[in-house]
Amino acid sequence: MKPRKFWPWLVFTLGAAYFLVPLIATFEFSLKMRRGYYSFDSYASVFSDPAFQATFAYSALIGVFAIVVGIVVVVPAVYFVRLRLPHLRPLMEFITLLPLIIPAIVLVYGYIRLYNSSSIVPFTGSALGTDILLICGYVTLAMPYMYRAVDTGMRAIDIKTLTEAAQIMGADTLRIITSIILPNILVAVLSGAFLTFAIVIGEFTIASLLNRPAFGPYLQNVGANRAYEPSALAIISFIVTWGAMGMIQLLARFAPRSAPRTD
Amino acid sequence: MSDQHFLHVESLTKHYGTNAVVKGVSFDFSKGEFISLLGPSGCGKTTILRMIAGFEIPSAGTIQVDGEDITVLRPNQRRLGMVFQAYALFPNLTVGDNIGFGLKVAGLGREERRARVEEMLKLIGLPDFEKRFPYEMSGGQQQRVALARAIAPRPRLLLLDEPLSALDAKIRVSLREEIRAIQRELGITTVFVTHDQEEALSISDRIVVMNAGNIEQLGTPHDIYNRPATRFAATFVGHLNTLPAASFGPDRAIRPELISLTQRPDTDTTLSGIVSDIGFMGSVLRLKVDVADVRLSIDTFNANSTPPQRGDAVTLHLASRDVLALGA
Repeated sequence: MKPRKFWPWLVFTLGAAYFLVPLIATFEFSLKMRRGYYSFDSYASVFSDPAFQATFAYSALIGVFAIVVGIVVVVPAVYFVRLRLPHLRPLMEFITLLPLIIPAIVLVYGYIRLYNSSSIVPFTGSALGTDILLICGYVTLAMPYMYRAVDTGMRAIDIKTLTEAAQIMGADTLRIITSIILPNILVAVLSGAFLTFAIVIGEFTIASLLNRPAFGPYLQNVGANRAYEPSALAIISFIVTWGAMGMIQLLARFAPRSAPRTD
Repeated sequence: MSDQHFLHVESLTKHYGTNAVVKGVSFDFSKGEFISLLGPSGCGKTTILRMIAGFEIPSAGTIQVDGEDITVLRPNQRRLGMVFQAYALFPNLTVGDNIGFGLKVAGLGREERRARVEEMLKLIGLPDFEKRFPYEMSGGQQQRVALARAIAPRPRLLLLDEPLSALDAKIRVSLREEIRAIQRELGITTVFVTHDQEEALSISDRIVVMNAGNIEQLGTPHDIYNRPATRFAATFVGHLNTLPAASFGPDRAIRPELISLTQRPDTDTTLSGIVSDIGFMGSVLRLKVDVADVRLSIDTFNANSTPPQRGDAVTLHLASRDVLALGA
C-alpha cells in the first residue's frame, strides 16, 4: 500500500466496518441456535413457519399491486408533464419528495381518520378496502423513487420527437405510451419497481396500524418473541433487498442505446 | 378537386403571444410536386411544416390536402408521413417493426404488413435489414428507414423536416438524390424544409423562399436563382456580386459565374480590374477582382491553362441582361 493511500483506505475500512460488523455479527448469531456449533436451524425454523410464508406472500402480492398502480400513475404523469407542461416539473419534483418528508405514521393516521368505518368512504371497514388503502400508502411511499426512476428514463429518450413520429403515423396517446414510451423506459421503470418492492417488503408502520398481516409486522412480532429467528429474518430481508438492488444494476445494462449517428 | 390545388394553404398565420412567426402565408401545390421551404432559421418554415403536420395549430388561415380541410385535425387523423431531423426511429423496435408501425396502427394484417415492409426495404436499398435495431445502423441508414417508415402507410403528403441536417456532407448529397428518386418513383407530394439553398435548388420542383414569416419568392429553382424577386431572395440563394454603382447604377448585382475573363457571344460590357485573390476549388476557379471600389467574385471552370496571378490586370466580360436589379 502506497503511503499516500493510507488515509483513504483507513476511512474506507472504518466505513465498511460500520456497515459490515453488525451484519456479520447478526449472521453469526443467527447460526448459533444449536448450542456449541454453527447450524442453519434458525433459518429452517423461519422457513417452516407458516406465518412467515403467509406474510411474505401477502407483502409480495401487495408489492406487485403497488408497483402496477405506481407505474399506471407515474408514467403518464411524467410523460404529460415532460411533453406538455414542462413548467410544472419543479412542482412535480416537490410533490414527489413529500413522502420522504412526511412520516409514514402521519400518512396512516390521516388515512384512518379519512377512511374509517364510519366515514363516507369506509375503506377500513373491510379487509379488501384496507388492502387497497395499504397499496395506496405504498404507492405514495415509493413515489419519490418511482418518479425519479421514470423521469431519468424519459430524459434519456427524445419523447417529443418519438411522440410526434408515432402521432403522424396515426397512433393515439394510449398506443404511444404503451408501445413506444413504456418499452423505451422499461429498464428505468423496472428499477423503480424493484425499489418499490424492497420498500414494501420491510415496511412496518402502515401495515401495522392498518392491522394487515404483512411481513413487516411479522418481523416485529418474531423479533419481540424469539431469540435466533429475528437474526435469520434480518439476514433474509437483507438478501431480498440486495437481490432487488442487484436486479436494478443488471437491468441498467439493457438500457436503450440511441446515440445519434451522423454517418 | 383539381390536382393544382392538392396542397392548398391560405393566409396561414401563427403567433406566439405578440410574436408573429408566420404572417399570412398562402400557396398552392400540385399533386406529385417536390416543394422546398427555404429560409434562414427563424423564418417560419419549420412552423409551417409543423402546422401542416398538426403539431401546431394555426392562429389563422386554412390548410387543405386533396380538398379536405385539415387545419384543426389531430396529427393522427391527417394521414401524412413525416421524416425528422433526428431520425426518431423507435429504439425498442426492429427496422421491420418501425416501418410496419403505421400499417399496424392502420389495422393491416400481419401478412400485408410483411409484404409492404419488404417492399419498402427494397425501395430504400436495405433489403436484409428487417431484423436489425436502429442503434446497429449508420445515420444514413437510419434516415432511409425513417423515410420508408413515413411512406409505408401511403400518406397523402410527405413532410421532410431538415432530414439531412444531422448527416455528414457526403451522405447528405447521396441521400438527397435517393430521396428525390424515391419521391419521383412514388409520385408522392413532398414538402421539404431546409436552410441549405444548394439542397433546395438541387432537388425541388418549386421552392418557397421565406424570410421573417413571409414568402419572399415562390418559383422553380431556375427562376429563383436567375430571376430573384426580392433582394433577400437574390442574396440568400447563391452568391452575388454588387456591381460598382458608378457604371451600373445603384443596387445592381450579378452572379459570380456570369462574369467571364474572355469575351462570349452575349457579352456586351467590360470592366477592368486587378486580381487580388485566387481560390482553386478543383472544378471551379474562384477569383477576387478589384474593380473601382468594389471587389467582385468570379467563378470560372477549371481549364488546363495557366490561371491569372495575383496582381494581374484583367478585363472582365459580362452581359447586361445578366445584371440583376435588386429591389426592396
